[in-house]
Amino acid sequence: MKTLVWVEHDGKTVKDATLAVVTAAAQLGEVHLLVAGQGVDAVAAEAAKIAGVGKVHVADDAAFAHALAENVAPLVVELMGHHDAFLAPATTHGKNIAPRVAALLDVMQISDILSVESEDTFTRPIYAGNAIATVQSKDAKKVITVRGTAFEKAATEGGSGAIEKVASTGGANADGGLSVFKGQEIAKSERPELTSAKIIVSGGRALGSSEQFHALIDPLADKLGAGVGASRAAVDAGYAPNDYQVGQTGKIVAPEVYVAVGISGAIQHLAGMKDSKTIIAINKDEDAPIFQVADLGLVGDLFKILPELTEKL
Amino acid sequence: MKVLVPVKRVLDYNVKPRVKADGTGVDLANVKMSMNPFDEIAVEEAIRLKDKGVTEIVVVSIGEQKSQETLRTALAMGADRAILIVSEEKVEPLGVAKLLKAIVDEEKPDLVILGKQAIDDDNNQTGQMLAGLLGVGQATFASKVDLTATNVTVTREVDGGSETEELSLPAVITVDLRLNEPRYASLPNIMKAKSKPMANKTPADYGVDVTPRLTTLKVVEPPKRSGGVKVADVDELVAKLKAMGVAK
Ligand SMILES: Cc1cc2nc3c(=O)[nH]c(=O)nc-3n(C[C@H](O)[C@H](O)[C@H](O)COP(=O)(O)OP(=O)(O)OC[C@H]3O[C@@H](n4cnc5c(N)ncnc54)[C@H](O)[C@@H]3O)c2cc1C
Ligand SMILES: Nc1ncnc2c1ncn2[C@@H]1O[C@H](COP(=O)(O)O)[C@@H](O)[C@H]1O
Repeated sequence: MKTLVWVEHDGKTVKDATLAVVTAAAQLGEVHLLVAGQGVDAVAAEAAKIAGVGKVHVADDAAFAHALAENVAPLVVELMGHHDAFLAPATTHGKNIAPRVAALLDVMQISDILSVESEDTFTRPIYAGNAIATVQSKDAKKVITVRGTAFEKAATEGGSGAIEKVASTGGANADGGLSVFKGQEIAKSERPELTSAKIIVSGGRALGSSEQFHALIDPLADKLGAGVGASRAAVDAGYAPNDYQVGQTGKIVAPEVYVAVGISGAIQHLAGMKDSKTIIAINKDEDAPIFQVADLGLVGDLFKILPELTEKL
Repeated sequence: MKVLVPVKRVLDYNVKPRVKADGTGVDLANVKMSMNPFDEIAVEEAIRLKDKGVTEIVVVSIGEQKSQETLRTALAMGADRAILIVSEEKVEPLGVAKLLKAIVDEEKPDLVILGKQAIDDDNNQTGQMLAGLLGVGQATFASKVDLTATNVTVTREVDGGSETEELSLPAVITVDLRLNEPRYASLPNIMKAKSKPMANKTPADYGVDVTPRLTTLKVVEPPKRSGGVKVADVDELVAKLKAMGVAK
């Protein structure tokens, strides 16, 4: 089977999420990559070094600069003429592009896979991860998004993929003009990215305000070299930005250590973090559901506990 | 201007899903079902756009006969008219998108607003598929929508922050949690909704083949995590963290 993996990148480097997708694709067959963007020679060179990669298709055009699904999907469809499976990370960009590809190929997408059981059979979470379904696809071609935390990351060195320019990117027509990219606000942070952080400290509604969130959660995270996450309640209340949200509809994380502070443990939150290796919960309510999944629990007032903990670490 | 909002009936988000012992799926007998929370947000947004030139909101649901309750809820919130496409078998996003395309071809809405994902199967596909089938622009995970007579500008929640895109109409939008807070239907509006029109259809009426492409071989519970130990105080927690090598 020949697979095509959509490479997520920021124009400069390959995003980590891609590496787990390569591992999933390698379980299906030969791995080819698609690097679509503008001025992406460096990205293509980096992608070609990923272990196990056969070919790297490069589509360099202004139309692909912002990964707009309207422009990328037809390109993928064209390349799928000689590939059997398309795989993308289950990131916001991957989730935006892949279903459009699937519809154009008349294929039912398999979202957010956790494992490859065989060429046509996969497992995936449903009901916020409260159930795991094994599904078999009857479609001739497969379109798949991959949950990053479920697969090892492929090594970034050791490969020697052949870089090949995509012959036709539609030229002047690559930009169908259906949507126009107007701008972005991407948070700059010195802290590790949530989806690749080894340790995460997350705060919930109990933090009470943006000031308290940052005054209490940030120093602890800094002490531990951790990424910072939040519950939906904390994000909705404006204590933390939206890209901090962990959960069914936020980010799916599985760090070595997840520290949940003042988070009750609703199923939608657990959906995003319950595969963490060690879960630590700090909550004043000893019956909070978070304690049912926590390896280490401390019952008490976070406003007393956090300063003391940060100080003693 | 006309807006189409597809709404799905799903297990209420407050109910803990129980996997059936025979491994065929999640038990939906005698449990509370509600409108998919993202679809409530989609309906709410359509209603708010009534100040911006929207004159008619059509809601549609594909599913078992009981999905009419979900449609009535949307009508009580403020939608004008409903279409129910009855299928007692589960219809996958690809089938749903094809049915929605058939409705769009007939109704010619300027905008289709969907939820970003249905919280039962967590697919997150239908809106993107519909936009692909229609060959129109798509703005997924919307946290802000600005509508004019010819364009819609959408702020989208993405992994690192947010992005803004401008689409020409007609277009497809899928909504995220922070777009708005859906209203509750008032009692008078619930009464009024009873007399709003609801068409009853089947997939065959639209000539769409909704045969599933995926077969669910089994559904199991995820590996269980068991609660661990409680520590007495910060000192004990620090000691444990040091023992784990997390802290020095
Ligand atoms: C469709 C849908 C999708 C959702 N997706 C997500 C998602 O992706 N992520 C997510 O997180 N949620 C999500 N939610 C929301 C989820 O259902 C919960 O509402 C949310 O997770 C609650 O956040 P919380 O635990 O911070 O707040 P609460 O539930 O209010 O919990 C606060 C906790 O803090 C404790 N506390 C209070 N004061 C103190 C103190 N001084 N010291 C210590 N502890 C204290 C309390 O005992 C309580 O347990 C979603 C909901 C819906 C409907
Ligand atoms: N059976 C259905 N009937 C009506 N709308 C649906 C149906 N399935 C999905 N949708 C719409 O598509 C969105 C995304 O669903 P999904 O792709 O299944 O996660 C939902 O939030 C609904 O707006």
